Amino acid sequence: MAAESEATGRAVDPMRRIAGLTAGGWRLAISAVLLLAAVALPFGLGSFETFQITLVLIYAIAILGLNILTGFNGQFSLGHSAFFAIGAYTAAIMIERFGVSSYLTIPVAGLFGFAAGFLFGFPALRLSGLYLALATFALSVATPQLLKYNHFEDFTGGVQGINLLKDSAPFDLPLSVDQWWYFVTLAVALFCFWMAHNLIRSRTGRAIMAIRDNPIAAATMGVNTALYKTLTFGVSALLTAVAGALSAIVVEYVAPDSFTFLLSVYFLIGLVVGGVGWIPGAVIGGAFVLYVPNLAEGISTGLAGVLFGVIILLVIYLMPSGASGLVRLAVTHLQRRFDQDNNKA
Amino acid sequence: MELFLSQVFSGLATGAIYAAVALAVVMIFLAIDHFNFAQGEMAMFSTFVCWAMLDAGVPYWLAFVLTIVFAFGFGVVVERVLFRPLHAAPVLSHIIAFLGLFFILNNGAGWVWDFTIKPMASPFPEGSFGGLMSYHQVGMVGVVLLMLALLYLFFRFTSVGLAMRAAAQNPDSARLCGIPVGWMIALGWGMASAIGAVGGMLIAPVVFLEPNMMLGILLYGFAAAIVGGITNPAGAVAGGFMVGVLENLVGTYIPFVGSELKLTVALVLIIGVLMVKPSGLFGRTTVTRV
Repeated sequence: MAAESEATGRAVDPMRRIAGLTAGGWRLAISAVLLLAAVALPFGLGSFETFQITLVLIYAIAILGLNILTGFNGQFSLGHSAFFAIGAYTAAIMIERFGVSSYLTIPVAGLFGFAAGFLFGFPALRLSGLYLALATFALSVATPQLLKYNHFEDFTGGVQGINLLKDSAPFDLPLSVDQWWYFVTLAVALFCFWMAHNLIRSRTGRAIMAIRDNPIAAATMGVNTALYKTLTFGVSALLTAVAGALSAIVVEYVAPDSFTFLLSVYFLIGLVVGGVGWIPGAVIGGAFVLYVPNLAEGISTGLAGVLFGVIILLVIYLMPSGASGLVRLAVTHLQRRFDQDNNKA
Repeated sequence: MELFLSQVFSGLATGAIYAAVALAVVMIFLAIDHFNFAQGEMAMFSTFVCWAMLDAGVPYWLAFVLTIVFAFGFGVVVERVLFRPLHAAPVLSHIIAFLGLFFILNNGAGWVWDFTIKPMASPFPEGSFGGLMSYHQVGMVGVVLLMLALLYLFFRFTSVGLAMRAAAQNPDSARLCGIPVGWMIALGWGMASAIGAVGGMLIAPVVFLEPNMMLGILLYGFAAAIVGGITNPAGAVAGGFMVGVLENLVGTYIPFVGSELKLTVALVLIIGVLMVKPSGLFGRTTVTRV
């Protein structure tokens, strides 16, 4: 996994210039172009497409959370649907039962998610690899049942769930409701990705990765493995809960059966498709889990699940390191082409 | 007291279901050191094959045997085709591949036999022993214990069983002794699939046959295997019975749990046992060298 985590252009000499730009410059330029495209996008699309792209971003935030846990810290989770549900229900209950402003619920949901993840991190400390996958599997299978539980019904709305209504754009901005929430989601997503990027590049990030690569060596170097592992679980759950809160607001509905084991599976598939341990991969993973099941449905309604299963098996066989591997391959290829052209000249 | 007894006995009956699944889980774990998240779906698919044969007028026990043969072959094929190429891949790839298989089987069964609930025939006569356990339930417990005994004899007294144990414990030395380790793994998959199929055929008359019947049961199977010790088939069976009885008693005597939070009980059980005694009640503690 160590090789997978290396950012795409890291092996290149930082001062080397290709077509007048250094590797860092290229990265900045590409990011700027993508950002411009992301801002322009909702103006060229209908409201349903805008809604779908908003969902892609929401999935991307959730997958980013999982990536921090699995890709950078080496802990598995099949239970992130539970943290997503915590975020969604926190937002829904605060808005519907207590009349709190939607915007305020997003950070609060994150805090609840952090607390839940941090607490779940304690039993997770004693479990490794597949045992952890199993415990989190149990968590995600049990979640819908807990949400339906009739003694909590006053809060959770039981099987029916909670209906919401999303606010329209403030300050008379000339944006439709879907466009406005797209931009809110985009802003939250950018903030989350920026924070995650900084976290991984910090001293804490190095400790997190050291635990993944060799826990014993990390402990010997003075890293408090128990603390960092539980904290990573907390941060991961925080991001996923933020995504959950956004999804509750954007979809305008929460119900227990939206947060089944299947959702956790989607996050995990998105993670692997995007590339384990590569932060931008989460967006690609988010797009994959939103569009590919729809695509499969479009080809054949009855066989959608079979097609989806075949597609993810193909992904595992054909690109085992996900989109990050493809991007790395493309970058190396382009560099070599450029070098050859230069040598000829 | 009567309530207590009837709850214990019906707990034993459901426990037999969990025990069968747990046995399959342990088999796979012994062969490949992994949990198979598609185990339940493989069992469900085989059960549908059995149902289709019964529907076509094949006598029960012939269908039963043919299904076991099918399930065995199916397990071997899945290992050879899907998992052999992945054997050096990281754990995450394995989990994704299991999940892919899960989708394919779940949806495939629904597509071939549709998602409506189907009644499944039981090989045992109607009626019950003193109102406590029906003949089907007694038969289920008997079949599970029989499978366990057969497994014990197989691993203890046959040379193939010995070779399988060797391949699992120390693949490199086993290979040096001339044991085809790859085929032993395939054999483990086949046996796990066959055991799962037997479990599925016994469960289906109780819970009714449909493509999603296994998810909750698989979770209990995992819980049973964890409680009993993931490396010990007998422990897993004992774990299955314990989980079944415990589930019933908790549901009856602790009012706020009822039948709604049954899956949560499994969750608490798994986490609780893993925290207190990670190798299970009857498992061996393995020590890894650093």
